[in-house]
Amino acid sequence: MARSPAWRRVRAIRSALPPTIMFVALIALWELCVRLFDIPEFLLPAPSAILNALAQQAPNVMQHTQSTLFTVLVGFAVSILIGFPLAVAIASSPLLASALYPLLVLTQSVPKVAIAPLLVITLGANALPRILVTFLVAFFPLVISIAAGLLATPPELIELGRALKASWLQLLVRIRLPSAIPFIFSGLKMAITFSVIGAVVGEFIAADRGLGYLVTSSTAFFRTSLAFGAVVLLSVIGIVLFQAVVLVERVFFPWSATSGRSL
Amino acid sequence: MASEIRVYQVDHVYESQDGSEVPALAGISLEIPDRRFVAVVGPSGCGKSTLLRIIAGLIAPSEGGVTIGGTPVTMPREDVGIVFQTPTLLPWTTVLANVLFPLSLRGRVNSAGRDKAEGLLRFAGLAGFEHKVPSELSGGMQQRVAICRALVTNPNVLLMDEPFGALDALTREEMSLELLRICERDPKTIYFVTHSVSEAVLLSDEVVVMSSRPGRIVDRVPIALPRPRGFDFVDRPDFLASARRIRAHIFGERHGLGHG
Repeated sequence: MARSPAWRRVRAIRSALPPTIMFVALIALWELCVRLFDIPEFLLPAPSAILNALAQQAPNVMQHTQSTLFTVLVGFAVSILIGFPLAVAIASSPLLASALYPLLVLTQSVPKVAIAPLLVITLGANALPRILVTFLVAFFPLVISIAAGLLATPPELIELGRALKASWLQLLVRIRLPSAIPFIFSGLKMAITFSVIGAVVGEFIAADRGLGYLVTSSTAFFRTSLAFGAVVLLSVIGIVLFQAVVLVERVFFPWSATSGRSL
Repeated sequence: MASEIRVYQVDHVYESQDGSEVPALAGISLEIPDRRFVAVVGPSGCGKSTLLRIIAGLIAPSEGGVTIGGTPVTMPREDVGIVFQTPTLLPWTTVLANVLFPLSLRGRVNSAGRDKAEGLLRFAGLAGFEHKVPSELSGGMQQRVAICRALVTNPNVLLMDEPFGALDALTREEMSLELLRICERDPKTIYFVTHSVSEAVLLSDEVVVMSSRPGRIVDRVPIALPRPRGFDFVDRPDFLASARRIRAHIFGERHGLGHG
């Protein structure tokens, strides 16, 4: 079982090798096809053209990226701040659960793309509707995961808490929450990916900045390379933020990351 | 302070999934004198674990009541330690933190508590494992941690629900011996649920035999074996006579029901 770290690193590199080679090969094939068949840049830009467009517009692109990151992170934070108490309420009382659940499902059945323009009318063309759309997209999976985790606390641990005269708050903080950590992180991983989607939806509808806005505005002027560049950056944001959540779980809750219950 | 357990006229009925009422306990009366060890044996479903939860104050009986040291039990008490069938350790924290958990819930973790916890772990043969997490321990070691946790508050009463039920036969015998050592060092009022007749006879001052559906007491067998006891006792004629008397009740009932 106990292997040296060096051996483990070799194994990690070896397992990362096939997907990396595959990825590089696909990019190369793309570049080759565009050059070989002489495809116009506004139809399908080559990877080199995308990189070039990003580099030329670097300061501009940076601003849009910052704006999108801001929307994603604030939307994600609001999802946690509102989703967490909601989940605790749902998990602690069947009455609250039956009162809140239909409302939650309702917010989920309303198509966010359809509601976004209405939010702009109500809230104005500022950052608020974008953050609200992000929140609406991201908070639902978070609430469901946290509530499911709190409800999945092993009954014998609850009984232990009751036998030790733990208060409601102690039961929540000392037993239910720690045992729900793997579920909570599954929810956070979903929520952070959904936040990126939500932010882009918001930016599509009403924005004068952000990578979503960059995609729509560049395509309107057939600056396809730049639009592709924005999409690439959005994927990078999604991957980096997802990995950040994974890292937080590994560092602060290593028992959760290795329990096999967490996605 | 004397901590005798008195169970008087306890009936318990629970509602099954289809809404019908299932009698679990009928007319249970039982006294466990202060610092005495009573083992309860009986077939599965005889309500011995339900009775334990009633004594613990975790569930309220449908009829009748329980007193500990003269006070009626209405909710879990601080001077009662419980060991469940499974270790029920918190998987996210260390062995030492698990043992200290009851003290920490009461905001009473201090150096004396730590010393007590470490002393118990040492006594249970777990020195050096304080900072491991439960998943790094074997089943028997985990159950020993659970026993340490029940003892860390220095309870007068110990309720044990088949504490060795999930362990293999060898570990089980070893654990019985350890429990004997603990009881001899510091006697407590103990209600001990088990499936093993020889374990019941070896450990207890009295064995209560229960029948199932509804659970009622069919016999109470005083065990007069001298202490300290050990596994060499199992060949003694008085040990065998007690065990035979208990088995006759359990298997007699099964024959009567035609289970073979």
